[in-house]
Amino acid sequence: MRMQWNGWALAACAVGISSMAHAAPPSPAMLSNACAGCHGTLGGSAGPSMPSLASQSKHAIVEAMKKFKSGERPSTIMGRIAKGYSDADFAAMGEFFSKQKAHFPEQKFDAAKADKGGLVQEKHCGRCHIDDGKDGKEDTPITAGQWLPYLQIQMDQYLSGKRRMPEKMAEKVKPLSKEDLDAVMHFYASSK
Amino acid sequence: MTMDRRNFIKLLGGASTVALAACAGSPAVSSGSAAEIMPKSGRRVVVVGGGYGGTIAAKYVRMLDASIEVVLIERNQQYVSCPFSNYYIGGLISDLTPLTIGYDKLTANHGVKMLHAEVTAIDPAAKKVVTTEGTLAYDRLIVSPGVDFRTEEIEGYGADTADVIPHAWKAGPQTLLLRKQLEAMPDGGKVIISMPLTPYRCPPGPYERACLIANYLKTHKPKSKLFLLDANPDVVSKKPLFTKAWSTYYKGIFEYVPGKKITKVSAGDKTVFVEGIEDHKGDVVNFIPPQRAGRIAVAAGLVGDDKNWCPVNATTFESAKHKDIHVIGDASVAGAMPKSGYSANSEAKVCATNVVALMNGKETIDLSGINVCYSAINGDESVSIAGIYKVVDGKIAAVPNSGGISPADFSQARLERIYAESWLRNILTEMST
Ligand SMILES: Cc1cc2nc3c(=O)[nH]c(=O)nc-3n(C[C@H](O)[C@H](O)[C@H](O)COP(=O)(O)OP(=O)(O)OC[C@H]3O[C@@H](n4cnc5c(N)ncnc54)[C@H](O)[C@@H]3O)c2cc1C
Ligand code: HEC
Ligand code: HEC
Repeated sequence: MRMQWNGWALAACAVGISSMAHAAPPSPAMLSNACAGCHGTLGGSAGPSMPSLASQSKHAIVEAMKKFKSGERPSTIMGRIAKGYSDADFAAMGEFFSKQKAHFPEQKFDAAKADKGGLVQEKHCGRCHIDDGKDGKEDTPITAGQWLPYLQIQMDQYLSGKRRMPEKMAEKVKPLSKEDLDAVMHFYASSK
Repeated sequence: MTMDRRNFIKLLGGASTVALAACAGSPAVSSGSAAEIMPKSGRRVVVVGGGYGGTIAAKYVRMLDASIEVVLIERNQQYVSCPFSNYYIGGLISDLTPLTIGYDKLTANHGVKMLHAEVTAIDPAAKKVVTTEGTLAYDRLIVSPGVDFRTEEIEGYGADTADVIPHAWKAGPQTLLLRKQLEAMPDGGKVIISMPLTPYRCPPGPYERACLIANYLKTHKPKSKLFLLDANPDVVSKKPLFTKAWSTYYKGIFEYVPGKKITKVSAGDKTVFVEGIEDHKGDVVNFIPPQRAGRIAVAAGLVGDDKNWCPVNATTFESAKHKDIHVIGDASVAGAMPKSGYSANSEAKVCATNVVALMNGKETIDLSGINVCYSAINGDESVSIAGIYKVVDGKIAAVPNSGGISPADFSQARLERIYAESWLRNILTEMST
């Protein structure tokens, strides 16, 4: 069926350019939603090498962003991105993501390694990676439920010296074998 | 009640001239089905186009205010992503499955109502869209139709031209065809990519394609040659990275030829003509025509003085031409934000936020946007460009001293490939769940 709607476009052409009303500065959600194209909706990542930000601690996010911006923490892309934001923006985004529901992706891990890793974590890491990594002391990131490939990239970067470990963490990490450390990553990934 | 398909397409083809003529003073005639479908009971946002921009706009309006009904109109049952389609063309992935998404979870998770139909006209005064399935009323309309081709500017370009010299600039059958042609070409053949003047969809896209086709030839048909005929006077995106990649990996197999604007094609002879005279013949020709906003945006009178792209408000993405209609993605003029999938995603969220604010009588919120674009340079390395955007004096501008391109020594390129793959997973998951 066809119909003719005369005069539409005519009427429409008369509409002027919309006025430039006053707008509020970017809200925490406005700032944070732009990150989700890489980190997933509300910070829940679907890509194994990209870290989830959902329910990450505000302190850890703010510290990470500051270190990316200054170059203290090496990055492929976050350094270039962090330079576009202020400390106040970091706080707003940290707050936003910390309030989102934790995201536990379906992911593969080695159960035997995870069991062993749990013991290593408890003994050597638990002082800062509190409660099986579900919480973090001060700026220590929450690692429980984080993507395994992302964690492994980070541990590689720590061990190769590209990413500098906090001194107290280095004291605990350095004496451990690569296998033990990898086991801890499997343990974190096994968290539900 | 249904209309003859062929007639319908003819009418559709005529729609843009009709609407443009209407602005000059003559009456408008639009076609489609008149019957109202899905009668509106409460407040409703209609979104046109289920691609990088439209899916996100639909989802975020629902996430921000579930009392607003959202209808997403898309002609296809599934969407195939242009990002990573060059991987398929270059033989790095074996099919388009990882690039293909459906819409059912947008409905299940967010209550987005899907209407698979072609939008044939928009009535800004009556606030209605006409589709092949019927008409729908809206309170606000978000249009994200992507691009169409300005083939009328190319002498000799007909309805079947793309079947012989594919553009592969919309992912799907065209993508499959270009790879098939490359595979069928004997070793020693000549491949031509021809790209238009800016602005066009995805500034680094043609250069990434050149890398991945060169990579394919180097691996499988090393006696062959690839030429990139660029209408622009120089590489328009990630120049230091692409020129380095070409000289490092593809010397002898690839040649970059700037300043070659094609104005005529002869598909039968697989030949393109620079300014109508200088001819270049290939065994495989990938001719990417100049572009403009998707046909429906032109037909609805949403394009600006250039007749190609849609001017919008930098905060709300509301059209400068028609009230209560917002345009996002490739079709819009988004200041410093390039025409990319990541930009469309970011713009969609800004637009959704402000559409919801406007419908609730709340203050609008200024844009904070991001663009990131990863480009593959060979089988296992990628490079990227990033930009952060804010509104300055009513225009979208890049935040000074931020963003930029990957280091030119390719020291991060292997790691960036790993992140690029996760980027694709995340952005497609955002669009489809
Ligand atoms: C080879 C290539 C590589 C690219 N790589 C990248 C990359 O790595 N990163 C990146 O960020 N971007 C990339 N892009 C760019 C990206 O694809 C586009 O910028 C993006 O798709 C724009 O989103 P959109 O919503 O404007 O349009 P689209 O994603 O094209 O969506 C438009 C949708 O609207 C539908 N539609 C149009 N008109 C109608 C109508 N009248 N009725 C019903 N439905 C309609 C279409 O079917 C389509 O589904 C690439 C592009 C190409 C060609
Ligand atoms: C291009 C995709 C991309 C975008 C966009 C992006 N990120 Fe990232 N993000 C990454 C990658 C990749 C890493 C790992 C570090 C690196 O190599 O840059 C990362 C790491 C991080 C980390 C460290 C996480 C941890 O557990 O230590 C934080 C915090 C972060 N990003 C926050 C943000 C915020 C906030 C935004 C938005 C302003 C953002 N990101 C936008 C890709 C992205
Ligand atoms: C003294 C406190 C402390 C101890 C002990 C500690 N960590 Fe950490 N850990 C931190 C802090 C703080 C950070 C973030 C610092 C930074 O910016 O690199 C961190 C970061 C990490 C990260 C990166 C997480 C991310 O999201 O990027 C991993 C992986 C990690 N630690 C593993 C371990 C392991 C394994 C142990 C035990 C062997 C351990 N840590 C012991 C404090 C500690």
